[in-house]
Amino acid sequence: MIKVYTSSVIDASAEAVWAHVRDFNRLPQWTPFVADSRIEGGQPADKIGCVRNFRLKDGGVIREQLLALSDYDFQCTYSILESPMGVANYVATLKLTPVTDGTRTFAEWWAEFDCAPEREGELAQQIGQGVFQAGFDALKAAFRR
Amino acid sequence: MIKVVRSAVIDAPIERVWSVLRDFNSHTAWHPVVAESHIERDEPSDQVGCVRNFTLRDGHQIREQLLTLSDRDHVSTYCILDATLPMRRYVATVTLKPVTDGNRTFWHWESTFDVPRGREREFADLVGNGVYEGGFAGFRAYLRRPTVATGGRAAARPAHAMSTHGVVVSRFGGPEVLVSAELTAPAPGRGDVRVRHTAIGVNYIDIYVRRGEYRMLEPPAVPGMEAAGIVLDVGEGVAHLLPGDRVGYACTPPGAYCGVRTLAADAVVALPDDIDDESAAALMLKGMTAEYLLHRTHRLRAGETVLVHAAAGGVGLLLCCWAKAIGARVVGTVGSDDKARLAREHGADAVIVATGGRFADAVRDATGGHGADVIYDGLGAPARDENLAALAMCGHWVAYGQAGGAHGALDPGVLAERSLTLSRPVLFHYTAERAQLEAIARNTFDALRRGFLRLSIRHRYALAAAADAHRELEARRTTGQLVLMP
Repeated sequence: MIKVYTSSVIDASAEAVWAHVRDFNRLPQWTPFVADSRIEGGQPADKIGCVRNFRLKDGGVIREQLLALSDYDFQCTYSILESPMGVANYVATLKLTPVTDGTRTFAEWWAEFDCAPEREGELAQQIGQGVFQAGFDALKAAFRR
Repeated sequence: MIKVVRSAVIDAPIERVWSVLRDFNSHTAWHPVVAESHIERDEPSDQVGCVRNFTLRDGHQIREQLLTLSDRDHVSTYCILDATLPMRRYVATVTLKPVTDGNRTFWHWESTFDVPRGREREFADLVGNGVYEGGFAGFRAYLRRPTVATGGRAAARPAHAMSTHGVVVSRFGGPEVLVSAELTAPAPGRGDVRVRHTAIGVNYIDIYVRRGEYRMLEPPAVPGMEAAGIVLDVGEGVAHLLPGDRVGYACTPPGAYCGVRTLAADAVVALPDDIDDESAAALMLKGMTAEYLLHRTHRLRAGETVLVHAAAGGVGLLLCCWAKAIGARVVGTVGSDDKARLAREHGADAVIVATGGRFADAVRDATGGHGADVIYDGLGAPARDENLAALAMCGHWVAYGQAGGAHGALDPGVLAERSLTLSRPVLFHYTAERAQLEAIARNTFDALRRGFLRLSIRHRYALAAAADAHRELEARRTTGQLVLMP
């Protein structure tokens, strides 16, 4: 089991950032790497257990299930059901915390998963930088003051 | 119950911020409303359960107890025991998290407490704004505080090699092989730090190295194991130091006899504000040696009898006063009456002037026939038989140096005569792990602060006169610590 942890500071209130990322079906609108997304079975996008089925711009298809969503703690947790990445037992959490000093947001995004030992470095880089940091960079651009 | 939450982003790596905050008594250095603070009962300031007793600038007094401290999670929790303010059930938590995007630190500070009815707003503001937000501002100012040598952090960021001066061992031999040289301190690579030295410690090991007895360098090369100075710049991946930090180190490989040095940052520790550069340069190697010899190689207990050879030397004096502070009975050996007086001043209960190399009988006499429970021996081969004869039953011979000549082979059978133990420890093995190094350095600075260690810097030389320093040290004409000034 390896853990990948990425964190950043966004120049907007946690409420505003949360409104931007809370919708489990909204990846195409705020990340640079998702082409389109839908929730399977027509379920609401904030119903625990719902599955988002999305296509990356590079063509890969990923199915992820929402495990937890807290509007109180500004955090959501999800797992990967299917993906071309070669990971197992993948559970990730996106969490926002208000920075009271200056109305900013401390954003954390981490994942734990199993994979072939020789791929740990490559996947840690791909997920930590290619997904989480790329997501943060998009948020920073969206909320640039 | 009132809950107060404040958080901020500090522009420094988490290791740097945590290295300050984990010290429960550090708030006097950075918090603007704290006037004076001390840890009660002389307990270490990172020990769970310790109590800080402090006075605020407005005169209020508070006692707070450290409840939890996690170096892994960067969390500490504490509570108020009593205060002249009407706050009850106050429990606060400080949590640090790394901002991986930019190598900064997220600092979360929250608490819950009760106050008399009607004063909730007043105290929520006092704690949230006065204590927490004021603390963030104070901490930022503390990190930016200007230093004497650089005139401020922004002043020094040369990303290229710097020329400097130093002293090299031109070939193995006597003091005359130490010659001045122009040197280059390269820009720090990954994991490196570049330090402008302000004081350099001289140690007996430097003489072994100069003579080629310890092959730790190949001439021409710079000797020297310890120094203090100011960080000029750091390489990538260095999280615990910032330009402008006052630092000290004692490490291998040699290379300290110079004005500016680039070395592995892992060996370098930030100096507390109350430890001056000269003391640090004189103390790092010898003081950390005393620390591990008295607490790790042998866990000295009150009531044990200690024999310290070269009791008036750089390490000897530190061993005498620290062993005395622990409550041991301290017997020293020295080479002259003047040195005997100095050793006595530093806590030795009995001092033997062992001019003929004989001391075992005198040790027995001084200890009512008991002998020494532990011998701290930097002499080496010449004292071997006398050491064996001076040890008490189940005694411990700690051979940490060999000023008089290398140890030869020893038959374990001679240890069996009185169930003796022999140790041949080396400081750099005890400090190889960063956490151990930090703990040993912290205890050493703390011992100086509390008077368990007393420095006696009587010999200062210009860096270019390093050969003179070696000559005096080898001729046994010095006492206490020697320092080179670059």
